Amino acid sequence: MNPVPDIYRILPEVILTLTGVLVMLADASLPPGLPRRSLGWVAATGTAVAYLTSIWQLSLPVGTGFYATVETSPFTVFFHALICGIVLVALLLSLDSLPEDSHHQGEYYALVVFGAVGMCLLTAAVELLVVFIALEISSIATYVLAGYRKETGRGPEAAIKYFLLGSFATAFLLYGIALIFGATGTTQIYEIAHLVPTAQNHGLVLASLALMLVGILFKVSAAPFHVWTPDVYEGAPSPVVALMSTAPKAAAFALLLRVVYEMFPTLHSIWAPLLWVVAVLSMTVGNLAALRQQNVKRMLAYSSIAHAGYLLAAFAGAGSSGVAAASFYVAAYAAMNVGIFAVVTVVSGYEENLPMIQDFRGLVYRSPLLGGLLIFFLASLVGIPFTGGFFGKFYSFSSAVGGGAVWLAIIGLLNSGLAAAYYLRLAFATAQRPSGETGPKHGYQPRVGVAVIAALLFAVVATLVLGIVPGEVLHAAQTGAHTLQPPPPAATEVIGIASTKPLVP
Amino acid sequence: MAINESILTLILLVPLAGAVLVALLPDHGKLPAWLALLTTLVSFGLTLHLPAHFVLGQHGFQFEINRPWIENPAIFYHVGVDGLSLWLVVLVGLLAPVGVLASWNAIKERRKVFYALFLLQQTAMFGVFISLDLMVYYGFWELSLVPMAILIAMYGRKDGPRAAIKFFLFTFIPSAPLLVAILWLYTHTGTFDFVQLRLLIASGSLPAGALCWVALAFLFAFAVKVPVFPLHGWVADTFSEAPVAMAMVVAGKLGLYSMLRFHVGLFPVQARQIAPVLVALAVIGLLYGACLALVQRDFWRLLAYAAISHLSLITLGIYGLTFTGWDGAIYQILNHGVVDAALFLLLGILETRYATSQIDAYGGLAARVPQTATLFVITSLAMIGLPMLNGFVGEFLILSSTFSGVSHGWAIAATVGVILGAAYMLWLVQRLFYGPESELAARPAADLRPGELAVLWPLAILMLVMGLAPSLWMPSIENRMGAPILKGSTALPDSSLSVSFQGEGRQ
Repeated sequence: MNPVPDIYRILPEVILTLTGVLVMLADASLPPGLPRRSLGWVAATGTAVAYLTSIWQLSLPVGTGFYATVETSPFTVFFHALICGIVLVALLLSLDSLPEDSHHQGEYYALVVFGAVGMCLLTAAVELLVVFIALEISSIATYVLAGYRKETGRGPEAAIKYFLLGSFATAFLLYGIALIFGATGTTQIYEIAHLVPTAQNHGLVLASLALMLVGILFKVSAAPFHVWTPDVYEGAPSPVVALMSTAPKAAAFALLLRVVYEMFPTLHSIWAPLLWVVAVLSMTVGNLAALRQQNVKRMLAYSSIAHAGYLLAAFAGAGSSGVAAASFYVAAYAAMNVGIFAVVTVVSGYEENLPMIQDFRGLVYRSPLLGGLLIFFLASLVGIPFTGGFFGKFYSFSSAVGGGAVWLAIIGLLNSGLAAAYYLRLAFATAQRPSGETGPKHGYQPRVGVAVIAALLFAVVATLVLGIVPGEVLHAAQTGAHTLQPPPPAATEVIGIASTKPLVP
Repeated sequence: MAINESILTLILLVPLAGAVLVALLPDHGKLPAWLALLTTLVSFGLTLHLPAHFVLGQHGFQFEINRPWIENPAIFYHVGVDGLSLWLVVLVGLLAPVGVLASWNAIKERRKVFYALFLLQQTAMFGVFISLDLMVYYGFWELSLVPMAILIAMYGRKDGPRAAIKFFLFTFIPSAPLLVAILWLYTHTGTFDFVQLRLLIASGSLPAGALCWVALAFLFAFAVKVPVFPLHGWVADTFSEAPVAMAMVVAGKLGLYSMLRFHVGLFPVQARQIAPVLVALAVIGLLYGACLALVQRDFWRLLAYAAISHLSLITLGIYGLTFTGWDGAIYQILNHGVVDAALFLLLGILETRYATSQIDAYGGLAARVPQTATLFVITSLAMIGLPMLNGFVGEFLILSSTFSGVSHGWAIAATVGVILGAAYMLWLVQRLFYGPESELAARPAADLRPGELAVLWPLAILMLVMGLAPSLWMPSIENRMGAPILKGSTALPDSSLSVSFQGEGRQ
C-alpha cells in the first residue's frame, strides 16, 4: 500500500488557508473605495472546495499524518463536512446582510475562513499541542468577529468578554495538557489512552481530565460554564452568531468526543457522572433562563445552552452509539440553529432594529416566507417529528436510555417540553395578527437576496433531510463513531504502524 | 391487489399533497378553500375503499405495508388497519370536508395558511390511526399538535397565543415520558413494531416492574389527550379559542384510540391493574363534566365540558375491560365524532350570524330560524342518547357492560351522569331556541344556507342510520377481536374477559 502523502491528510485546511490568505491579500491590494463584496464569493467558493475535498478524503485509508498529529477518518470527514457546510451558509448569509459600505468586509471574510481552518484542524488533531493550536486559531478568529460591529457599544463589549473568559478557559485546557504530559510523558492521544490505565500518578490524570473538561465545556457553552453566551450573542452581529453558535461548538464537541471516548475511555466511570450533571444543569439552566428573555438573540443563546445539555445526554451512551448520537445531534443542531439565525439576521437586519420578541409579531403577514421559515426552524428546535431536531433528540436520548440513564432521558424530555413554551411564544408572536404598532414603523424592509435564499434553502433542506431520511447522515456518524473506538491494546499497535509509515520514505 | 397495498399510503399522501399545493398556489379568493374541499373529498373517497374491501373474519391487520425506513434504530414504515381503526380512518375522512365547509365563510383571511395547515392536520390524524410502528406513530402523534397549535394562535377568538401555548404544553409535555417509554421498549426488545412488541410483552420476557412504569407513561400521555379527569385543564380554552373546524376534527379521537390500541392493547396486564382507578376517574369526569356544563354561560365552554363528560363515558367503556364495552366505546367514538361535528358546525353558524357565544344573549330563535332549530334538536337528542339515534347504541353498550362486567355502583353513577347530560343539552336548546324572544333574535339573520344544509342533513341522517342499524358497523368493529387485543388479553388469568362479545346491543 502506498503511503498517503501527508499533505492529503490536511488538504481541506490547506485550501481554506490559501483562500483566507488570498482574500486577505486581495483586500489589502484593492483600492480603498472598491466594494469588497466579491471577496465574500471567493471565500464561499474556497469553502465549497474545502467541503468537497473533505468528502474526497473518505477515499483515503484511515490513518494519521505529520508524525501522527493529524488523522483522517470518517469521523474527521463528518465534522469537516459539517463545519465547511456551516461556514458556507454563514458566508452566504453575510454576503447579503453586511452593509455595502463596510470597510472591513475583506478582513471579515478572511477571518471567517481562518476560523474554519482552526475548527477543521481541531477535529482532525490527535496530538494535544496541535489541538491547542487549532483551538487558538479558531477562537481568536471568533473573538475578533464577535466585536465586528465597532460602531455599537455592545460589539466590543461582547468581544472583550468572550476573549477574557475564552482565554481563561483555554488556559485550563492547556494546564490539562501539561498535566497529562507529566503523567504519561506524551501528548499523542492514542499513546495517552494506552498509558492512562498504567499511569503511576493517577491523581495527575484525574486533574488533567477535569481541567480539560472545563476548557472544552466552556467552548460548548455548557452550564455552569455558560455565562458568556447571552452577552456575546447579543453583541455580535447575527451572521457571526449563526456561525459561532454552531461551527466552533461542533469542533469543540468533536474534541470532547475524542477526549472522553478515545483518550480516557478507561475513566468512563468518572467522566460519565460529571457529564450527566453538566447535561442536566445545562438544559435546566438554559431553558429556565430562556423563558424569561424578551430579546430574541438572548433567548436563542440560552436555548443553545439547553441544546448543549441535550447533546451531552448522548454521552451517557456506551461507546460508538453515544458518539454516533452526539455527532448526529451536532449536525441537526447546526442545521436548525444556522437556519434560525439566518432568519433572525434577515428580519432584524444588521443594525438590529427589531431585536425583541414583540417586534416579530405579525411576521407571517409581513413576509410569509420568513415567517414560515422561522416557525419551521422553531418547530425543529422544539423537536417536532419530521424535522432534524426530532431525530437529534431521539438519538441522543435513546443513547442515554441505552446507556442506562433513564432519568437523564426523562429530565431531558421534560426539559424539551418546557423549552417548547418559549419557542412557541416566538412562533405564535410571528403568527399573530400585527397590531399596527409594531413592525413596519421601523421602516426596515428585510432584504432577501440570492445569497440569503441559498443560505436559507441549504438550512431548510438539511433540517428536513435530517428529519425525514436521517439514515445517510446517521450512517456517516456511525461509521465515524467506529473509527473513534477506544483503541484496544492490539489496535494501538496497528495504529502505531499506520502512523509510523509515512515517516519511512 | 396493488390498490389494497398502496391505499393507506395514498390516504396519507393525498392531504399532504393538497397541503403543499395550497401552500404553493397564490392566496387568491376562495381558491385555497376549493382546493382543500377537493382534496378532502378525494381523501374521503379513498377512505371509503377501506370498509368496502375489508375482509371480515380475517385475523390481523389488513391493507398492511411493512417496509424498512431507517436502518438503525430499526424504524419501519408499518401501516395497517383493523376493526378498531377502520372506521376511525373513515370518520377522519368524513369530517375533513365537513370541516372545510364549516370554515367556508368563517375563515375570511389568510385562507392559504389555514387550509394548508388543516390538510397537514389530516395527514397527521390519518397517520396516528394507521401507524403500527411505535416511532412512526409517535411522529404523527406529535405532528398532530403543530397545525392545531398554530391555528389556535392565529385564529383565536380572544387570546389565541395563550390558549395555543396551553394546549401545546399540556399535550406535548406528557409525550416526553411516552417517548422515553418507547425508547425503553426498544432498547429491551430491539423493535418498535406494534405486532412484535405485543407478542414480546405477552410472553412475559420483560421485567414486570419496569413494564408497569412504561405502561403508566403510555397511559399518562393518552389520558391528557382524551382528557381524563383531572388532566382536562386545557380543554375549555382550546375549544373556545380553536377554529371550529379544527376543534371538531381533533376532539377526543386520538387519545381514546391510543388507549385502546397502545395501552390496553400492548399492556393488558398493567391495564388490568390500573383499570379500577381509571373507571373511578372516568365516572368522576363524567359527573364533573356534566355538572360544569350545566353552569357555563359560553356555549363553547359548555361544549368543552360536555365533551369531557362524553369522552369520560367512552373511557369507562374502555377500562371496563369487557368486549361489549370496547364495542360500545369504539362505536361511541364514531358517534361522538359525528354528533360533535354537527354541534360545532351549528354553534359556529350561530356565532358567525349573531357574533356572540354567550348563551344568555340568545333566546326564542326557533321561530326565526326553524331549520337551524330542527337540526340542533336532532343533534342534541343524538348526543343525549335518545333511542333510535346513534348515541343510544354506544351509551347502552357501555353502561350495560359496566353494570354486568364492572360494578353496579359505577354503572348507576355513570347513568346519573348521562341523565345530567340530557339536562344540560335540553336546557341549552331551550335557552337558545325557545323561551321569550331576545333582542338578538329580532335581528334579521338568515337561516341555514343550502351549502350548510347539504352538510348538516347528511350528518343528521347518518345519526339516524347509525342509531337504527348499528349492524352495518358492528361486524367490522368486532373484527379487532381476531387480532390485536384478544391475543394479548388471553394471556390474562382473569375470566371477566370471557364475557361473550355477542353483545346485547348487536341487534
